[in-house]
Amino acid sequence: MSALAAGFANPPEESARAFRAAMQAMACPGTIQNIAGPQVPGLSAAAALLLLTLTDSTTPVLLTGNSAEARNWLTFHTGAPEPANAAEASFAVGTWGDLGPLKAYPVGTPDYPDRSATLIVEMSDISADGPCLTGPGIETEVRMSLPDADALRLNAALYPLGVDLFLTSGTRLAALPRSTRIAEDT
Amino acid sequence: MSDYNFAYLDEPTKKMIRRAILKGLAVPGYQVPFASREMPMPYGWGTGGVQVTAACLTPEDTLKVIDQGADDTTNAVSIRSFFAKVAGVATTTRTGEASVIQTRHRIPETPLRSDQILVYQVPIPEPLRFLEPRETETRRMHALEEYGLMHIKLYEDIARHGAIATAYAYPALVNGRHVFDPSPIPRFDNPRLESPAIQLFGAGREQRIYALPPFTRVQSLDFDDHPFEASKADGACALCGATHTYLDEIVADDQGTRRFQCSDTDYCMERRA
Repeated sequence: MSALAAGFANPPEESARAFRAAMQAMACPGTIQNIAGPQVPGLSAAAALLLLTLTDSTTPVLLTGNSAEARNWLTFHTGAPEPANAAEASFAVGTWGDLGPLKAYPVGTPDYPDRSATLIVEMSDISADGPCLTGPGIETEVRMSLPDADALRLNAALYPLGVDLFLTSGTRLAALPRSTRIAEDT
Repeated sequence: MSDYNFAYLDEPTKKMIRRAILKGLAVPGYQVPFASREMPMPYGWGTGGVQVTAACLTPEDTLKVIDQGADDTTNAVSIRSFFAKVAGVATTTRTGEASVIQTRHRIPETPLRSDQILVYQVPIPEPLRFLEPRETETRRMHALEEYGLMHIKLYEDIARHGAIATAYAYPALVNGRHVFDPSPIPRFDNPRLESPAIQLFGAGREQRIYALPPFTRVQSLDFDDHPFEASKADGACALCGATHTYLDEIVADDQGTRRFQCSDTDYCMERRA
């Protein structure tokens, strides 16, 4: 049996710094954070860091595609359970293709829009090249590469419902909350 | 450092608060329920703000705490020394030097930067609460974007007083969707809610967290013929002479002599330095 990858050596301080990067990303869509994270088979460093920082036994985490390799690591370090299906996931991890259609994930309810999934989308690259984004956290406008602008435009149209995305690529981290408006041009 | 976990709260609690903050940032102005903990201070002393600050602090942060603009009041001094003890973070009274600022009822006069976080202590997070006491109803009103009652309240102000009399906790529409309570800041501060800094709001007793990402559109509610006005006392600070800052009125002696003074003590002191 192979040894599990490590988690945090100093959880209070490392998770605090990781959260600040995640919060900055979510508060300012289009900005790209660079964060060091643990080496975990099946996950980017940024995705592994997010999971360690945000998940616990109350948050079912769906691991799709290659990220399923990290199930034992995640269970050991956070206790996050495996949801029966996407509709019960608090978090879901994987490439855009592996995550499947967005409509499978909870988007919250009109009374509780916060009860929606957070998707951690593993990308080959994140760059400042893509559709024009506006909305909260963006002073004028910003451009960022998105996995599927059309599907995400539909997600934004559900506002205040909808899923929220973290985009991860190696140690790079960005976010796309449902509040971000995505222009039609590219 | 102390024998407490970094920043007092246990790690599972911080995870729960951090998730609430992220959802709050994704839906600006929406009040996210969270499992508020008992803190070593009474409700009403900033337990919500303290929990949000604890979930945000890193060892590298410099913390400033103000109470109605002042760094030297009991509440501000207590919370500052609390975090100096349980998180070992540096503290300051200078707005420009702080990376995290916890505030009770003021926005600092010094413009905030994008690398700063402002954490508000909130007593009653629900702007509709005094109009509709039932949580089930106010929740449904937010869901349906049913804010007519709030406009009626402001209209009744005008009918009775000739102007909107709400002077603090002035309701505003966030991102064109949610009416929110900016906490009991004077309405003088409302225009500065559109800020480059991340703003987080924590209500401990009421168990709600909400947030404003930088540059989020915040429109103070008003009418075309009675536009919003960021009012303040008509006077000048007796110490620094400022006429552009928010002023506290102070009774100066037994004869009832009154004078005005900047509510933001750090800003006033920097002007006099």
